[in-house]
Amino acid sequence: MEAVINDEEAQIQGFLAAGHVCTIMGISKYEPIVQNYKIPMVVTGFEPVDLLQGILMVVRQLEKGEYKLENQYSRVVKSEGNPEAQKVIRQVFETEDREWRGIGTIPMSGWGVKGELAEYNANKKFSVNIPKALECADCIAGQVLKGIKKPFECSQFGKACTPLNPLGAPMVSSEGACAAYYHFAETVEEVEI
Amino acid sequence: MKNSIVNLSCPMPKLDFDVITLGHGSGGILTHQLLESGVFNLLKNPLLDEHHDGAVFELSGQLAFSTDSYVVSPVFFPGGNIGELAVNGTVNDLAMCGAIPKYLSLSFILEEGLTMPEFWEILVSIKTAAEKADVQIVTGDTKVVERGKGDKIFINTSGIGQVHPKANISANNLKSGDKIIVSGNIATHGIAIMSVREGLDFETSIESDTTRLNHTVKALLDEFGTDIHLFRDPTRGGVATTLNEIARDARLGMAIHQKDIPVIDEVYGACELLGLDPLYVANEGVFIAFVSSAIADDFLSKLRQLPPGENAAIIGEVTVEHPKQVVWQSRIGGKRVVNMLVGEQLPRIC
Repeated sequence: MEAVINDEEAQIQGFLAAGHVCTIMGISKYEPIVQNYKIPMVVTGFEPVDLLQGILMVVRQLEKGEYKLENQYSRVVKSEGNPEAQKVIRQVFETEDREWRGIGTIPMSGWGVKGELAEYNANKKFSVNIPKALECADCIAGQVLKGIKKPFECSQFGKACTPLNPLGAPMVSSEGACAAYYHFAETVEEVEI
Repeated sequence: MKNSIVNLSCPMPKLDFDVITLGHGSGGILTHQLLESGVFNLLKNPLLDEHHDGAVFELSGQLAFSTDSYVVSPVFFPGGNIGELAVNGTVNDLAMCGAIPKYLSLSFILEEGLTMPEFWEILVSIKTAAEKADVQIVTGDTKVVERGKGDKIFINTSGIGQVHPKANISANNLKSGDKIIVSGNIATHGIAIMSVREGLDFETSIESDTTRLNHTVKALLDEFGTDIHLFRDPTRGGVATTLNEIARDARLGMAIHQKDIPVIDEVYGACELLGLDPLYVANEGVFIAFVSSAIADDFLSKLRQLPPGENAAIIGEVTVEHPKQVVWQSRIGGKRVVNMLVGEQLPRIC
């Protein structure tokens, strides 16, 4: 999130924080970001009315000139998250560097299996060799993720890049921005399968 | 257990083996024992009693023929098992053609190591489902594969039925204005299976609604005949996929309304938590009917009196607008195009 905020092109005014991550991790981790960057943040659910309410809560903060962490998804997310699950995660995983599409490598931004549990790490145990996924030069996934461009501004959207043959991460999951634009476009003429 | 009463009346025969081995598929003594003391005896009827390579019978008029394979995992799930699914599934496919199912074939691919009590319970479910659906199992086959080459049991059933004299079922009959009716709550079966497969405990037991639909369909055809334009059971891919297939075949649009689509609260909650759309979740024991608008209300009240139609609802209509597209209107007034599913529905990943 900090990488996105610090991006010169990105103009993020507020965040809808993903609800299910917070079900496990709680919401306190977000507080420093809200305070340091003076940016409104609302932990939000996934149903259409959740999103509408989340957006409304961010807009209200912006109108009042406030910045705070709010929880729209309180029917699922507790402030402390799920301490038991967090304990297990820390037993098994440790933070490591991770590459993010369109952003680059961010230090300590991913989870990896702990060194002492290496014998259970399938990557090492089975000497798996997963070829590095090359980023397609035409794919603007990074700009979409940073909110700089809309999916339909991509030259490949609905043409070379579809959910059947995704070129970038946002076209893969049904909740990715590109897949959502693709599925919920007004007419199939725009994106004929 | 649901089948305990049935099991009392169909006790497992005393056999020299308690698990299925490769020998049971060899065609030798073990195969013979399994079939004679197990399958044939349980599913007894004059055509099967011939023990021939196939069944010989007479049927007149227009016929419907269908086949389907059943690979559900786990084979026992809340509300049913693979056996009754295999009978009901093919019976329902025939019913969706406007036919009255008569005869089924039944083929097993068993995995070495399947226990006899498990196989017996499945067989008894098959017998019971066939009796309830008023169909006879007249021919079949049993093969055994090595451990690890199957998943306990796979079943194929094919079925043949006589088309109802009043039926004229085809996507070509669809007209703008036709009403789209579902016969019951959607997405229940898929969530019931997923809850056991993934070890999810929703603190309530969501049971599959697998059942035969042929008697209900026949009663509706008796009364409404050619005013029923199409039946379809939205199994794999759910209601959304089925409606899309029909919209494309008929080159017409479909408009459906969230507020009218029956989904039980437990299933809706499970879908919300997992990030699944109930429209894409598999169904059993549910059909979609397209009927002319003139009879839609009468059709609905008749259907609601017939099992399993008590929760039936008109969920939308056929339209000339947006041909080949299904458009969904949400409770809060939004509209979106409901597309075909691409691959499996990914559960929520963030």
